[in-house]
Amino acid sequence: MTETAPSPAPGPATAPPDAVLVEHMDVSYRVRGQDRRALRDVSFRIGRNESYGLVGESGSGKSTVALALTRYLPRNGRVSAGSIRIAGRDPLAMNAAELRDLRAHAVSMVYQEPGKALNPAIRVGNQVAEVYEVAGLSRAEALERAEAMLGKVQISDPRRVTQRYPHELSGGMAQRVVIAMAIAAEPSLLILDEPTTALDATVEAEVLDLIAGLRAELDTSLLFISHNLAVIAKMCDRVGVLYAGELIEEGPARQVFDEPRHPYTVGLLRCIPRQGQRKDHGRLDAIPGFLPTPGHSQPGCIFAPRCPIAEERCRDEAPPAFDVGVGRSSRCYLHDSVAALPRNTPADVQLPAPPSDAGPIVTLRNVSKTFSSRGEEARALVGVNLDIERGETLGLVGESGSGKTTLARALLGLTPPDAGAAIELDGKPLGGDLRKRSGTQLKALQIVFQNPDSALNRRHTVRRLIARPLAKLAGLSGRALDERLADLVRSVRMEPRHLPLRPRQLSGGLKQRVAIARAFGGGPRVVVLDEPTSALDVSVQAAILNLLADLQAKEQVTYLFISHDLGLVRYLSDRIAVLYLGRIMELGPAERVFSGPHHPYTEALLSAVPSLDGQRTDRIKLSGEIPSATNPPTGCVFHTRCPRRLASGICEVAEPPLAEVEPGHLMSCHIPIDQLTNLQSKARMP
Amino acid sequence: MTEIVAMPAGAVTSEAEKRGQPVWRLLLGRPTFDVGVAILLFWIICAIFGESIAPHNPLAQQLLGTNKPPSAQHWFGTDSLGRDVLSRVITGSRSILIIAPLATLLGTVLGTALGLALGYLRGIVDTVVSRVVEAVLALPAIIIIFLFVVALGVSTLNQVLIIGFIFTPLIARTVRSAVQVEGQLDYVPAARLLGERSGRMMFVEILPNVLPTVLVEFTVRLGYAIFAVATLAFLGFGVQVSTPNWGTDISASYVLLGAGYWWETLFPALAIASLIIGINLVADSIEQVLAG
Amino acid sequence: MARYLLKRVGLAIVTLFLLSVIIFFAGEVLPGNPARSILGPLAAESAVRALDHQLGVDRPLLTQYWSWITGMLHGNMGESYQYQSPVEPLLRAALANSAKLAALALIVIIPLGILGGVVAALNVGRPVDRIISLTGLSAATVPEFVSGIVVIVIFSVVLKWLPATAQAPAGSSFLTQLRYLLLPAIPLVFVLFGYIARMARAGTIEALDSDYVRTATLKGLRRQVVIWRHVLRNSLLPTITVIATQTGYLIGGLVVVETLFNYQGIGNLIYHAATAKDFPMLEAGVLTVGVIYMVATLIADVLTTLLNPRLRTGAIR
Repeated sequence: MTETAPSPAPGPATAPPDAVLVEHMDVSYRVRGQDRRALRDVSFRIGRNESYGLVGESGSGKSTVALALTRYLPRNGRVSAGSIRIAGRDPLAMNAAELRDLRAHAVSMVYQEPGKALNPAIRVGNQVAEVYEVAGLSRAEALERAEAMLGKVQISDPRRVTQRYPHELSGGMAQRVVIAMAIAAEPSLLILDEPTTALDATVEAEVLDLIAGLRAELDTSLLFISHNLAVIAKMCDRVGVLYAGELIEEGPARQVFDEPRHPYTVGLLRCIPRQGQRKDHGRLDAIPGFLPTPGHSQPGCIFAPRCPIAEERCRDEAPPAFDVGVGRSSRCYLHDSVAALPRNTPADVQLPAPPSDAGPIVTLRNVSKTFSSRGEEARALVGVNLDIERGETLGLVGESGSGKTTLARALLGLTPPDAGAAIELDGKPLGGDLRKRSGTQLKALQIVFQNPDSALNRRHTVRRLIARPLAKLAGLSGRALDERLADLVRSVRMEPRHLPLRPRQLSGGLKQRVAIARAFGGGPRVVVLDEPTSALDVSVQAAILNLLADLQAKEQVTYLFISHDLGLVRYLSDRIAVLYLGRIMELGPAERVFSGPHHPYTEALLSAVPSLDGQRTDRIKLSGEIPSATNPPTGCVFHTRCPRRLASGICEVAEPPLAEVEPGHLMSCHIPIDQLTNLQSKARMP
Repeated sequence: MTEIVAMPAGAVTSEAEKRGQPVWRLLLGRPTFDVGVAILLFWIICAIFGESIAPHNPLAQQLLGTNKPPSAQHWFGTDSLGRDVLSRVITGSRSILIIAPLATLLGTVLGTALGLALGYLRGIVDTVVSRVVEAVLALPAIIIIFLFVVALGVSTLNQVLIIGFIFTPLIARTVRSAVQVEGQLDYVPAARLLGERSGRMMFVEILPNVLPTVLVEFTVRLGYAIFAVATLAFLGFGVQVSTPNWGTDISASYVLLGAGYWWETLFPALAIASLIIGINLVADSIEQVLAG
Repeated sequence: MARYLLKRVGLAIVTLFLLSVIIFFAGEVLPGNPARSILGPLAAESAVRALDHQLGVDRPLLTQYWSWITGMLHGNMGESYQYQSPVEPLLRAALANSAKLAALALIVIIPLGILGGVVAALNVGRPVDRIISLTGLSAATVPEFVSGIVVIVIFSVVLKWLPATAQAPAGSSFLTQLRYLLLPAIPLVFVLFGYIARMARAGTIEALDSDYVRTATLKGLRRQVVIWRHVLRNSLLPTITVIATQTGYLIGGLVVVETLFNYQGIGNLIYHAATAKDFPMLEAGVLTVGVIYMVATLIADVLTTLLNPRLRTGAIR
């Protein structure tokens, strides 16, 4: 076991070793007899008690880095070049016993999907205790320490939780358990691979705060892997940007995000909506081209095919990592001219304003939906009243259990609402079940689903998928159908050569375009967008969102835009409805809802979401978990977690009506609007 | 720069889809498939051209040469009526290779239709029919088949119908599960939103996606059909026709094992075993390639 | 959970009832008149009719069914046409015999099958795995009489180590009985091995690939501990259900094996009853088989629920 600490910066030879030192590492996978490099010449360093973020899209290889560090690559993977040192030790040279020791004491890992990371057949307490047993403690001691550790990760009533099985825990609680197991060993390095991606916004914020707090207390280094730049900006001191297996830029997080020095980083940042950007003003810019397939290799810079300023030398020879500042590097010959990187799409476009006086296109009155299973009733929607105005984009925001998906399905007729609900389209009643609806009505309401892999019949060709609605809903055939088909394909920026292909031969972005073309095929009036970009990479999102905005203008449709991503909602929506436990908490113009005054829940939601913009208001911490729909709180359903609960106690007793607090802005809250405005602006002041 | 990706994240892909090659080519590359097909082809050829290949007339009795052990003249020896065992083994493939595939085909077609209906339409019908199916399947299939054959007679048609009808609920059960899994995917509500009717939903939207399951079921059940036909014949309920029948030959000669006349029983038995193993190799390969 | 158990038992009873109906009325499909088969083709028509009346087969079907099923429940299974004596003791003796054979097969096959499956899974893709998988697959589908014959030829005719019949002489010691039962157990073992090993293999592979095994390994646990504590607990669960469903194949196999080895078990009983058109014996036998199978699946379901914490606690958050 070597104890040397090679370090790029000059320093005393007796300095304590870095938590991680990776030098010129290549990782290859052997696929069908051929070696494919997933990581190429990756070098980075994580100092003691430093937090390092690794950012990348799918196929970038970021998870592979984590697997390589813990030596848990799959059987066909290996580190084919370079070196790794963890606290001065080389995991690749260790035997089985040393490796176990490393894993038990030096490195711990936390990753996505906490529910799956725990053994479903063993009680939670025992699983945490295992870590202590490996360290040599007796069973009784281990269990005691386990319970204490659960308390440390802010689980209330740790004793009861130790007796639980993993499936009985919520996502947030399960992740805390996994974190408890990870830090129990007091590792010098904690690797987190998308630890909060599967969690709701408010829960995510709490888990991130927990991690930050623990890190400060335990003097542990963090390797934080994520595709979410805002989360990285919040949690990390330094960041490395991975693209197609190469570390193309590195540096202090704030600097990299404020002044990127690589065309890909610039492009990536331009794909993420920030405050002030709207679908017609300060548009997101797409990166042309497609992500290279994993293992793809080519001469020259890996990003050159998509780079707007690529030169001859970029394509001939791969650039080395240039030093562009203190602790900053960039793999680009043109790193100096990156600030003025030209856009690929125009920043401002003219989008027609929606007609203001024709009355709502869809009205929902008293829409409720109750699900019963095993004798328990879950009220997914409770008495929702909503108007959707012609030509607008209404954003529907909420965490899990809010009922936003149920609402969309009720509108479409996929999930018939409870009796007593009245849904109208253009003033005419709409049957609760889609089988009772007329052809014209079916034509008018369509949906783009979240996951195109699930939403497109994988046995049908693209042509058939798009042509079917044309034939069935629009009643076209022959020549007329062919023409309209060609027109649609052009509108979603696809090409005729895609038509004979099947979905599995297309990338995620292309598949979603097919789904969009299908939704527009019949000439709908209202299109539900159910998290249309959540399953796509960040760089693809921007193109799809702009496409949706353009299509709306061209075809004059109304959008119901469902998303958990507040940034996207703000970018695309004209009005926003905030849902919590099946009820509308707030409804109003997008800017008003975002800037305030807003409902306490909206306030908490907004403060929970990490943002690249950096201005941090004091975070509103919500206590407790989202209540279950089978046992909702009395009175205002939000009162159990509301930090602004009125002292008079009315919040516990009476459910506030959805009332207008300013023109066009409705809220369901007992707090008078002036008082609310006052409290919220005070909170914002430094 | 290409939009063709190796593996879209989150999709359930079979090995065939992953490689982007047509299914049959992948199959031919597998040794298990090749061996299995070779065995099958061999027996199919025997079934069709049996009499031309066999060295002797399988029906010719020689009362002076009964129960002779294997020799240069009779590679597999002779049976209790002096008939050449090798010739009987070669021609004996015919009846099994007619009944078993037909029965399996019947069961697969009916079972798939039933499974589609039960899985997609659900409702009371599904609950009731499933109960009845569970009741019927409370008995081992072979016993049910046996009982019906005893009751209704041993004609070729009967065996095909009985085995086919017994297979129907078995296959329907598997198809139903597969259909229910498909029903969780979003393309199903997407199609419903176009106003597609149930019939089209089942046969145009869902069926193509469960076809791999159906194909695997067919090949697996085919093995079981051969097993069933052979067992019936052994129990004395083989089709009584003039052409030789492996199972019947075994049932006639196994009593002679005590006397040491093993060849007349062993070789037909090995023939059955080889045919079944061949089918299983094929079924296994298909399952590996399609299910991924 | 008690609610679930009650529901499950209730369901089993309903299914059994349906089964009894099916069995009884299927008996009506079998051609042949019981009295005729007992008295023979030369008996006078009037004698046949008298015997019919005595046997009670000229009563309305529903009455016949009712008296049959109530009789069953009281342990009275009627009289065999073949042997002219009560069915019940014959059935009981046959069941005992079959139970011995089945027990032997199960005792051998359960550990063997599980071990085979787990070993195959731990060596996925390597030769060991391919061999175990293919052997299991082939062995499972080769008919019992085929493997039985091969085994008889090798061990009884050629090597003369073991007897070719299964029935040990009356009053033999336990070991002698075992010796006689060894050969007939082998075909049963072959058939069962394939399915059990396959299930154990699939379950183990799934567990090995899971996230929680990754967590356990990265905690620094030894591989043995990971396999014992984390993998097996989850992988063996589906195997238990399979073992219960295998009783179906086992019983089916008994019919063939018992005939081949001339063993007086329930399979043999059913076979002879069917060919002799002995309805009371046949129906009693088939119903017993059905009951056994249902009980086995019920036990499997209950065990699965008890052992799977997700089902046991009921709540799914």
